[in-house]
Amino acid sequence: MAMIDIQHISKWYGSFQALRDCSTKVEKGEVLVICGPSGCGKSTLIKTVNGLEPIQEGEILVNGISLTSPKTNLPQLRAHVGMVFQHFELFPHLSVRENLTLAQVKVLKRSKAEAGEKGLQYLERVGLLEQKDKFPGQLSGGQQQRVAIARALSMDPICMLFDEPTSALDPEMISEVLDVMVKLAQEGMTMMVVTHEMGFARKVAHRVIFMDQGRIIEDLPKEDFFGKPHTERAQQFLDKILVH
Amino acid sequence: MYDFDFDVIWRSLGYLFRDGMTFTLMLTTCAMVGGIILGTLLAMMRLSSYRFFSAPAGLYVNMTRAIPLLLVIFWCYFLLPYICGYVFHELYKISPKPIGDLLIRIFGYQVQDGTPLRIGAFTSSVITFILFQAAYYCEIMRAGIQSVSQGQMGASYALGLNYWQTMFHIILPQAFRNMLPVLLTQTIILFQDTSLVYVLSITDFLGAASKVAQRDGRLVEMYVFVALIYFVICLFLSYLVRCLQSRIAIIR
Repeated sequence: MAMIDIQHISKWYGSFQALRDCSTKVEKGEVLVICGPSGCGKSTLIKTVNGLEPIQEGEILVNGISLTSPKTNLPQLRAHVGMVFQHFELFPHLSVRENLTLAQVKVLKRSKAEAGEKGLQYLERVGLLEQKDKFPGQLSGGQQQRVAIARALSMDPICMLFDEPTSALDPEMISEVLDVMVKLAQEGMTMMVVTHEMGFARKVAHRVIFMDQGRIIEDLPKEDFFGKPHTERAQQFLDKILVH
Repeated sequence: MYDFDFDVIWRSLGYLFRDGMTFTLMLTTCAMVGGIILGTLLAMMRLSSYRFFSAPAGLYVNMTRAIPLLLVIFWCYFLLPYICGYVFHELYKISPKPIGDLLIRIFGYQVQDGTPLRIGAFTSSVITFILFQAAYYCEIMRAGIQSVSQGQMGASYALGLNYWQTMFHIILPQAFRNMLPVLLTQTIILFQDTSLVYVLSITDFLGAASKVAQRDGRLVEMYVFVALIYFVICLFLSYLVRCLQSRIAIIR
């Protein structure tokens, strides 16, 4: 059974169709990278996987549970699907420690002590233990994104979704976030990553999806995608972004 | 030339503050707390994507803001007892025993008589001001909630929190902090507006002063004093707003 199974989904914003009949699968332990030009629907696609963007057609199964079924407890499912956003979205009125523990206590019903321990354990893994009492606004962008990753991890997710995690960062800070993500991938976390970082894709991805105008037009193993994509559109894209 | 006698203020000081100011401050505090809670709920309703919630809230806010406060004060004070009496009587007719007992227990109200419910000046003014101010607080909280980026809501949902947890732990705390200066400014306006209950012959601060003024024929002295006290308190509150603003701001 695939961890994430996306079956023929379509989504409209009013009359604009953002996703057209997209299907793909992510197996347990697999790292899937989604790339494509801006506005192609890759962010929308990843947000449908935990129901942040509702879909009008098709079906999504996460760990065998249907997202579209009205019987599904969506908050409970989301609690086990970690998500990292382009703009970090740490809660600015809470300290780093509170950011890490809030959902553990409120959603997973862990005790404050247990949640704190778990949170700090992951904070240490992303190398920010000494920042635990600061507020998000006092951290650099790269540090904030690492805290956001630790926040998602402390919920013990079965898979992780990354929505352009390095796009809002200064070039210098990109690598510190990618390092954390590479480590996570090597440990066998199931990951779906929207990114333009082709270096990261080359290093850890198992498969690459290329999207254009709401369609998945390439879904290939990494070697094939970087070696010889099937469509001209993907080749053009690669030529442009790999030129430097 | 008029002979001023400012000693009248000194003589009535106890009455002015113990009776008058206490009422004014109690009314302001109750109306502020109640108004902000009701206003926040209204704001959440107004921002709901379900018309079932947003339409009535919008109608309430727009209607309330279109009616003069003085009219609402009269309305509640003179009509609310009759409306309540009527509604309770109708309820009583449906199931006499439990409703009758309940009303006696809560209000000490004998519903059988069909008489208007005795609400009392203070309760009536508190209800009035909560209902009226909620419309204004609602608009402030609506702006506050909208000032929190949509991504915060997404991040909270993504962690598995539900709507109420998201609102209570993530959105509203930020909205309150962003809007605190405006909320307090509105409260200062409320504090001044409470003097309107004077038209019901209630002994608020202005009412007390006015009674003394008319009894002793010292209108100028008393009204100057009242103006001065309102001015000082509002000045102090504005200062407080500025201090608070820098202290509780979210670190960005």
